[in-house]
Amino acid sequence: MSRAADDLTEVLAVPGRAVGFDDARWTAMLCAALAERLAGTLAERLAGVALPDTVATWCDNALVQAAQERRSALWEAEMARRALAALGVPVVLLKGTAYAAGGLSAGLGRSIGDLDILVPRDALDAVEAALLAAGWEWVKPDPYDDAYYRRWMHELPPLIHTSRDRMIDVHHTILPLTARPTPDAALMLADSIVLPDGLRMLCAHDRIVHAAAHLFADGDLAGGLRNLWDIHCLIGESGTDGLAARAAMHGLEPAVARAGRLAHALYGTVVPEGWQRLTVVDRLFRRRMLAVDGWGRDVRRGTRLAFYVRSHWLRMPPAMLARHLWTKWRR
Amino acid sequence: MRHAIGLKIGPVAFRVGSDWAAPIAALQSLYRDYPAPVGVPDYTVRLEAERPWRRWVRPSVAVRGDYILPEALPLDLAHGVLAAEIGMNLQLALGERRWLLLHASSVERDGRALIMSGESGSGKSTLAAVLATRGWRLMGDEFALIDLATGAARAFPRATSLKNAAIDEMLRHAPEARFGAELTGTPKGRLRHLRPDATAIARMDEPAMPALILFPQYGGAEAAEGMGSAEAFVRLTQASTNYGPLGRAGYDTLTRLVTTVPTVAVDYPDTATAVALVEQLWDAL
Repeated sequence: MSRAADDLTEVLAVPGRAVGFDDARWTAMLCAALAERLAGTLAERLAGVALPDTVATWCDNALVQAAQERRSALWEAEMARRALAALGVPVVLLKGTAYAAGGLSAGLGRSIGDLDILVPRDALDAVEAALLAAGWEWVKPDPYDDAYYRRWMHELPPLIHTSRDRMIDVHHTILPLTARPTPDAALMLADSIVLPDGLRMLCAHDRIVHAAAHLFADGDLAGGLRNLWDIHCLIGESGTDGLAARAAMHGLEPAVARAGRLAHALYGTVVPEGWQRLTVVDRLFRRRMLAVDGWGRDVRRGTRLAFYVRSHWLRMPPAMLARHLWTKWRR
Repeated sequence: MRHAIGLKIGPVAFRVGSDWAAPIAALQSLYRDYPAPVGVPDYTVRLEAERPWRRWVRPSVAVRGDYILPEALPLDLAHGVLAAEIGMNLQLALGERRWLLLHASSVERDGRALIMSGESGSGKSTLAAVLATRGWRLMGDEFALIDLATGAARAFPRATSLKNAAIDEMLRHAPEARFGAELTGTPKGRLRHLRPDATAIARMDEPAMPALILFPQYGGAEAAEGMGSAEAFVRLTQASTNYGPLGRAGYDTLTRLVTTVPTVAVDYPDTATAVALVEQLWDAL
């Protein structure tokens, strides 16, 4: 088994550990970082460390890429702000774009793809209409998917901008309606923080709650190392005082505790004593998160499949899951 | 991976891994005269079985790596060296931010570079390969790398990829020993690689300032027409794979290029005419 993924987490946590790596070990770690979309983050972390020339070159390239992703992400947020300004509804930036706009350490070097925003559920129709009028269009105009999104998901079907080719996910809460926990989206909106341009981001605790929910209560853990690094940075900036209580309000205390335990185990995040030991199940999550080798390949197929199945199980009760898979299978 | 090779082409170092021995052996042979890369590669390319069993059953090569195009189709194992070439081009096209990348061939004479941009089929690769047999130094047949700080062109002299009639044309100019194995039935038809000559390899780290930009077009009657900098700018943004992502730096670099270097659109019926026309334009600079 390659140690590239272990090296990656250890060097992100303590960059000086990379000093003395030979070429092969550097190569494997950098390749794993790219596969996990952590190249820019790693390059930022390695600033100030004495690097071999070719590694320094790789880092410079990664930093230019990250700067460009940041610029496009902030521009896309501005485009959405302009499209929605007249509605007078709160528009909360989520995930990468929020970290970049809010000047948070999780945003340093981070790769940012789609724009994710949270708006009040009762404003959803108006937001959708305003975005369509401003040049966004549906990505997958499929009746079943569309109906599924609108009935059961926590977001509109994805929209893409016609000329800029960028996706926007419009959320009205942070987990699918079919998931067992039911976060309090109204509370998240009410406590969100306004940014200088009028857009908003979640309050510090809710940012962690959302990141943990996204990582552990939804999805198959693809990109897990990156999302866990976000959590490491978010906890590092705002601490854990009152975090468990806030998570409990959203029904997400277990996800946040697991995030804390794994962030501590992989990145050395400072967490309360109760979160400093991994459970047996946590170890499976760690195994899944580290399932990348020094060639950037997905490894541990069985573990990956298990988490893929779990992601569906989390989202839907069994009868509904069976119906969903049947509908998808027939096409 | 089971089989791997390091390649350094101009300023770019690759690591190519493969599930099979044959593509790596073919690369080894094509790039046998190149210096071995040192340090950490800029890019990783993986040639891997699309599904685990496809390593043996109807082997088909998926082109993957640091950067991936999800829609890229797998290739026949017999075309593994083409898969590697596509993989290397893709890494540069999608990942590179040190230079402005122009989809163009380039050659150098007296320390100055001639850049030829055009679609596949315009003849830019053949033209560069033929000029390289007439005292020019081959800098590359796929990408010209324009330095963001100085505006100089960097060489990327990978093996020239010749298709169909261009193979027969080049066999008249270069010895058989410089050619790789012939691949038939590729998505681009018949294909054969031509190893760059010793000069191109020995001097691949030498940059050259661009002195002339051509847009060659094979097939028409002989014609040469100067192109305004605005049109050249627009055409080169289309020929660049990273103009957008580079932002301001890309704009500044391309603006400087088209406002300081003359640009000519060239139509030609055959290679001999094109060569004469190019050298005439060059001598008139």
